[in-house]
Amino acid sequence: MMLLSPLRSDPRAVLAAANPLAKLGAAAIVMLVLFLSVDPVTPLVLLSAIALAVRLSGIPPRALLVRCAPLFVAATGAAFVNGVFGSGGPSLAAAAATGLRLIAIALAGVVAFVTIDPTDLADGLMQHLHASPRFALGALAAFRLLPIFATEWETIGLARRARGIDDGGSWPSRVASFRERSFTLLVAAIRRGVRLALAMDARGFATMSGRTVARPQPFTDRDRALLLATMAIAVGTVVFGHALNTWRGLLLQ
Amino acid sequence: MADPRASTSSSTWRTVDIVVAAVIAVAFGVVFWAWNALWATTSPAFTALPASQGVLYGVWLVPAVLGGLIIRKPGAALFCELLAAIVSALIGSQWGLDTLVSGAMQGGAAEIVFAGGRYRSWGLGTAVVAGLASALAAWLHDMVVYYPDLDIGGWAIFVPFMLVSAAVIAGVGSYYLTRSLAQTGVLASFPSGRTQSRV
Amino acid sequence: MADAIGIRGWGWRHPGRAAWAVRGLDLRVERGESVLLTGPSGSGKSTVLLGIAGLLDRSGGGESEGALRVDGAVGIVFQDPETQLVMARAGDDVAFGLENHCVPSVEIWPRVHAALASVGFPYPDDHPTTALSGGEKQRLAFAGVFALGPDILLLDEPTANLDAEGARLVRGLIAQARERGRTIVLVDHDIDAARPLVDRVIELAAFDEAVVPPRASRSPAVGAALVRAAGIAFRYPAAERLALEGIDIDIHAGEAVALTGRNGSGKSTLALLLAGLLRPLRGSVTAADGADLARLRASALVRRVGTVFQDPEHQFVRGRADDELMVGPLRTGMTRDVARARAAELLERLRLTPLAAANPFTLSGGEQRRLSVATALATDPPLLVLDEPTYGQDRVTYAELVALLRASRDEGRGIVFATHDRALVGALADREVRLEAGRAA
Repeated sequence: MMLLSPLRSDPRAVLAAANPLAKLGAAAIVMLVLFLSVDPVTPLVLLSAIALAVRLSGIPPRALLVRCAPLFVAATGAAFVNGVFGSGGPSLAAAAATGLRLIAIALAGVVAFVTIDPTDLADGLMQHLHASPRFALGALAAFRLLPIFATEWETIGLARRARGIDDGGSWPSRVASFRERSFTLLVAAIRRGVRLALAMDARGFATMSGRTVARPQPFTDRDRALLLATMAIAVGTVVFGHALNTWRGLLLQ
Repeated sequence: MADPRASTSSSTWRTVDIVVAAVIAVAFGVVFWAWNALWATTSPAFTALPASQGVLYGVWLVPAVLGGLIIRKPGAALFCELLAAIVSALIGSQWGLDTLVSGAMQGGAAEIVFAGGRYRSWGLGTAVVAGLASALAAWLHDMVVYYPDLDIGGWAIFVPFMLVSAAVIAGVGSYYLTRSLAQTGVLASFPSGRTQSRV
Repeated sequence: MADAIGIRGWGWRHPGRAAWAVRGLDLRVERGESVLLTGPSGSGKSTVLLGIAGLLDRSGGGESEGALRVDGAVGIVFQDPETQLVMARAGDDVAFGLENHCVPSVEIWPRVHAALASVGFPYPDDHPTTALSGGEKQRLAFAGVFALGPDILLLDEPTANLDAEGARLVRGLIAQARERGRTIVLVDHDIDAARPLVDRVIELAAFDEAVVPPRASRSPAVGAALVRAAGIAFRYPAAERLALEGIDIDIHAGEAVALTGRNGSGKSTLALLLAGLLRPLRGSVTAADGADLARLRASALVRRVGTVFQDPEHQFVRGRADDELMVGPLRTGMTRDVARARAAELLERLRLTPLAAANPFTLSGGEQRRLSVATALATDPPLLVLDEPTYGQDRVTYAELVALLRASRDEGRGIVFATHDRALVGALADREVRLEAGRAA
């Protein structure tokens, strides 16, 4: 089993080139409203907005749905639990509300992440939110090693088979194998991390006071427009729900 | 008398502190994915039970406690768990931004415990308390996001299992994991590795 | 001052260790001079380089003595290509150092392009760093260092993890830097290859004599086939191309077979298939008695094949070397006492007895390699498979490995090894199978 390869989105799509912070900000706004609303109508409306965002971001909708299949399964499970055991007795509306809300919250975040490049995100955090370059770049450098760790996990599995262990079998032994395999991965990872830190210091990372920027990242009017439009849609949905008397808040139970 | 220049006991983060904290988080991104795969493909029915969910919970909380125990600097628990959440979000592309919120809460809770120990208490007891705090934060998040309608009764089965899992896996487990890692010598650059002196 | 580097009576003790890594070192390197630092593993060569580069962390509790003066900007290239690259895209990685040194933004990209051109980097700026070969990654690392225009260039085993082509390329870059008048301090275990690049050789400590005995005649007793691979094809999950196609190969008892080819040719993949660790897409790998190796349980497999991985640490599962050696035998049903005796015997044979209680992860590279070979031999399998056994090893370990593998072969074992080390092929292989892009060449 190899890691899932990233979902490819069309780089020419309207929203694809938006600033990563704008995308995250928009997703956060939508998520916040969803957090605070527990009726079925709000997530329904916002899901259509999310579907629009999917289209505008150039994400292939089919691949996205396939990728999110486990999410739908989990949402169904949660919907069931909430619907049956919820306060106020069994309720289909409660089940629907829970399921839709979960899907919408998750999808909003997924859409944002799928089109964000990690380097761009780090640049955005450093240039616009003044995040510490040492933490942002340290994290980014470690993140680059992710595919290597994934391959290493597989290699460790083969190496264990070569040692005569890990034949599957009972649950306790599988969990023990998992634990040992994770340990070996951690050792390898930390070794790499120490070497990587050394190489970064060798190129001036430790002693720098301030640093210049090779990839200046603008925050354009289009990005501002994205944020404003999202805010308008979010607030509008709540107002709309209120007017129809369908809106239910999380804290007003 | 401690050397005032010794950064391992100060709150300044060296490059190696940052990168190794990050690397632990990224490695756990892979571990989480494998943990999911281990349970999801083999017994989905088992994992749907609230008791089982509770039992399996501890693994997600390990980066928070482990990050703190290994790096021993302010912010390590939060940074490590948050980054592990970001990596999970980027790999699995299923949970997205919400994973970050959850991760921030879990890491933050562990951080508070370590801060309460003035970043000098790294023993088994502290590890267990940090694990429990992290679990409670996770539960709070899940209540709000996943099960807002459920009253306390619905949680009665899940919570005890979750707390035990957090204490055992995230607390005790992280503590002994740190010790085992120290014995391999990989933590030589860290104070957590100093208990092992080699020739 | 004519000297670029002046070291007198210098020593360094790593934090947490009792012994000093280096003590009482005197070393002078003139401006523009090129020197080779040699010595057995553990003689402190890397520590000296880190000291010159100013990378030893005193804040962590380490201790130094004596004087170390360096005149000029220092750049350092390390052994592992993977952990020197910081960014996801090639151009960004070169720019990383420039950003850290507060080079004005407008100057960054011209310098990046100049550096990439000077090392002959063949790809555009946005080429992903994960898609580079080892040699190309090392080239990019050089570019990152050259972009900062160092006066002094330090190199810590820059070719140890590369294949022949990558090594040649890197040596070319070193020669180029030398021509441009940079001061060079090189650490390299391959003294013969490094000699043309330097003016002077400095030995930090004397070597034990590690001589590889001359090639004996071809193994006398080639026996029955141990493993047959017929019509093998293999593809990694989520890959587009086949990694291997149409491979037929038999391995016999008493012969050593080398699998060679460039990176990506499939030699490691073939080794893992012959070891029964991967399942072929088409065809099968069967043992002499007809058993399909890939379908055997691990505890049954380990009785027939011992595998040694490129990174020994991937295979360690216990906290003590002697326990490590007992794992395989116990899995095959040996009693504890017999297994313990076997472990002691192997430790003795591989000169690891003093390290019986040591944690395998704390051993040196050469010791880990010996331990990993010992674990593969512990269950006394008729077939031994090794993936790049001399990767990153110095010449002492290399000589020991050759002697050990020759002895194993002469005892009647079959040996398969995937390698890009031509010297190893010459010293050990009875037969060579060359692979090119997944097919027999």
